Amino acid sequence: MNLAKVIGTIWATKKDKNLEGLKMQIIQPITVSRENTGEPIIATDTVGAGQGEVVYYVTAYEAVIPLNKKMALSDASIVGIVDHIELEQ
Amino acid sequence: MQLGKVIGTLWATRKDEKLTGLKMLIVRHVELDYKPKSSYVVAVDSVGAGAGEIVLVTSGSSARQSELTEGKPVDAVISAIVDKLDVDKT
Repeated sequence: MNLAKVIGTIWATKKDKNLEGLKMQIIQPITVSRENTGEPIIATDTVGAGQGEVVYYVTAYEAVIPLNKKMALSDASIVGIVDHIELEQ
Repeated sequence: MQLGKVIGTLWATRKDEKLTGLKMLIVRHVELDYKPKSSYVVAVDSVGAGAGEIVLVTSGSSARQSELTEGKPVDAVISAIVDKLDVDKT
């Protein structure tokens, strides 16, 4: 899993039928010090994350698991909203 | 998923037999403001996308997670046509 910040939402009427009804968010991967790292990606969201929230997400085939469907064309899924991170120095 | 713009169609007569009947499109990756990036991908079309449309591309093993592509040698598929997106980076 990796950390990201939700920076936007995407609307698509025509899509894979297994993606119907799922919310898709634009997320910017970030480091633990909350600096942007890499390019934004689009992820399915089953936890109800909102704009500006820090989340963690899974990629690849594992992104289909939280959707509770046999199949779906998702390669990134938000799996949790981060409340707090504590780092040991 | 990554954002892209359909810039062309690909035809191939000789190919893996499991790919027969699949429509292949050339998709240029784009930024969130639709500005083109330098990279592109050949992707299976599962939604009926056309040239010039902004689409979402699903990559890797997830690209086989549809009735159309299950068990086939594909690693990129167009999974949605984007109507609108809303970004606030602040």
